[in-house]
Amino acid sequence: MDPGRFVRAGECEWHLPQVGAMRVPGVIFADEALIRAMDEKVGEQVANVAMLPGIVKASFAMPDAHWGYGFPIGGVAAFDPDAGGVVSAGGVGFDISCGVRMLLTGVAGQRIESVKKRLADTLYARIPAGVGSTGAIALSAREMDAMLRGGARWAVERGHGQAADLERVEERGAIAGADPDAVSDAAKRRQRDEMGTLGSGNHYLEVQRVVAVYDRAIAEAFGLREGEVVISIHCGSRGLGHQIGTEFLREMAVAAKASGLSLPDRELACAPIRSPLGERYLGAMRAGVNCALANRQILTHLVRDAFHEVLPGIRLDVLYDVSHNTCKVEQHRVDDSIRELYVHRKGATRAFAPGHPDLPLVLQATGQPVLIGGSMGTASYVLTGTQRSERLAFASACHGAGRGMSRHQAMRQFNGRALVDELASRGILIRSPSMRGVAEEAPDAYKDVSSVVDAAEHAGLARKVARVEPLICIKG
Amino acid sequence: MGVRGFGATPAAAFEQAALALTAVIVAPERVRPTTSVAVRCAAPDLELLLVDWLNALIYEMATRHLLFGRFDVQLDGTLLNATAWGEAVDALRHEPAVEVKGATLTALSVTQRANDHTWVAQCVVDV
Repeated sequence: MDPGRFVRAGECEWHLPQVGAMRVPGVIFADEALIRAMDEKVGEQVANVAMLPGIVKASFAMPDAHWGYGFPIGGVAAFDPDAGGVVSAGGVGFDISCGVRMLLTGVAGQRIESVKKRLADTLYARIPAGVGSTGAIALSAREMDAMLRGGARWAVERGHGQAADLERVEERGAIAGADPDAVSDAAKRRQRDEMGTLGSGNHYLEVQRVVAVYDRAIAEAFGLREGEVVISIHCGSRGLGHQIGTEFLREMAVAAKASGLSLPDRELACAPIRSPLGERYLGAMRAGVNCALANRQILTHLVRDAFHEVLPGIRLDVLYDVSHNTCKVEQHRVDDSIRELYVHRKGATRAFAPGHPDLPLVLQATGQPVLIGGSMGTASYVLTGTQRSERLAFASACHGAGRGMSRHQAMRQFNGRALVDELASRGILIRSPSMRGVAEEAPDAYKDVSSVVDAAEHAGLARKVARVEPLICIKG
Repeated sequence: MGVRGFGATPAAAFEQAALALTAVIVAPERVRPTTSVAVRCAAPDLELLLVDWLNALIYEMATRHLLFGRFDVQLDGTLLNATAWGEAVDALRHEPAVEVKGATLTALSVTQRANDHTWVAQCVVDV
C-alpha cells in the first residue's frame, strides 16, 4: 500500500481518516516497510470494517495484516451491544479459536539433540496430522456436548492432562456461554473423528530452543531460559469450527440482505449482538472456542506421552495457550468510562497487561504471554502484554508472519523434498505426510516474522521476551 | 486460494470449479473414481449455490475421508443435483497438501462472459 494514503501518527502507527460511511477511523500498526508490503485490500477492508454498526474507537490492523474474508487477517474491532453493535462470523473466521500453546520442558537443547531423530519420529507417529488423519477419541453425542461446554476442562477431567494446565489457558480452559444446541449436527459430525488432531496447512507442532532472551526478569518468570527447549502447538477447532464458520457466514449474509442491512462487502456478514441470530452465533462460536481448547489439551497429552517414551521423567508444563480467531466479551476503558465490548480478533492475539484480573495470579506481575509463530524453519517469539496495548488496540497484538506468496506460487517455486533436506542440514527435522504441503509452507513463502514482531513492540502492542528457533517440526 | 471453473453452461462451470477445489488438495488425475456420493443443494441464487456446492463437497470429503476427481452436475434453476466420484484418502499415494476449511464469499461470482458466452464460476476457499 502507498503510505501516502494514511496519516502517520507514530513510528509504527498509521491512521485512515474517518470518511464517508466510516463510523470510526482506521488504525494500522506497522513500520513503513510493512505498510508498503501490505496488499491494497488491507486498507479497503480496514475501512469497510469501520462502517459496521456499533464499532467503537477504531478499526485496527496489526503489523502482519493481510487480505482476509471481510475482515483483514490481523484485524481487531470492538462493538458495543448498547449502540447496535454487531457480531460477525467473518470477523472471527473459519478456524474458530485457532491458536498456539507453548509447553516448557526445562531440558537443555543438547539433551534433545542426542535423541532428536527418535523424538521427531515418535511425535510424528503419535500426533495425527494431515488430510484424512483421525483422532483416537470417539465422542458420543452426550460427550460431544460436554466437550463443547467444558473445553480444556472437559479434556482434563477425562484424563488428558492435569488441572494445573487450565490456569495457563485463556478463559481458564473453557469459555462461558457455549451453546451446543446452536451447533449443527453437521458440525458435530465433522468433528467426530478429529478430536486430538493437528490439521494441515499452517498448523504445526514444533520442538524449539530458546535462542535469545530480551527481558530476563519476565523470561525467568515465564520459565524461559536460553538454550532450553519448549514446544509449540498451533491448531484450532478443526472441522467443527470450520463448519460453524461456513454455516453462519452464509446465514448472516442471507439475513443481512433480507433485513436491508447495507454491507460494503457481503463477506462482512454480521448480525446485531442482541438478536436471535447474533446470540445463536455467539453460542456456537463459544462452543467452537471450547473445541479448540479441548483439542490443544488432548494434543498436549499426546506430546507428553511421546516425550516420556523418549525422555522418561521430563515434565512438560504449559506456559500459556492463546487464541487468535475469536470474539470475546471484555471490559475496556473508552474515553472516561468502562464499557463491555465484543472484541473481534481475526488473526490477532489478546495481550492483557500486568495486573489484568483475568490473568492467573502467577502472571499478574508479568502480563499475558503472547505467542507469535513464525514459519517452518525460521523463528517464533514470546512477548508479553503491556498497559499501552490496552490503550492502543483493546489489548491486542499480532499473531504471526503472514504469507508473502500464494500457495500456488510456493508450490511451483519450491521442492518439498529439497526443503526437508536443506532444513535437516541446518539441524531442523521436518516430518510431514505431504511434500507438496511442505513446499507450500516453505519459510520463504512467509514474511519476516522478526520485522512483524519488532513493529508490534515499537508500536507498543506487546514487549519482546524471548525468541525460539525450531529443532523439530511436525506438519500436516 | 481462489478456485475458478469455466464451462459452456453453469453446470459445467460448477463441475470445473469442483475440480479446481480438488486441485487445491491433490492433482485430480491422482484420484480414482471408485466410489460415488450424491449431493443436493438449493440456494436463493447461483452464487450462493456455488458456495453451497463446494461446501457440500468439503463436508463429504471431511466426514467420509474421501477425495473427489470427477463430477456430474445437473442444475434446475438454483436447485443442484450432482454426483461426485472419488476414493478414500491414501496419504502415501495422494500426498494431500492441505485441507479446505470452507468456501467463502470472497471473489464470489457466477457470470457469463459477453464475448464467448462462457460461464465462469469462482470463489476463494479457506485453507
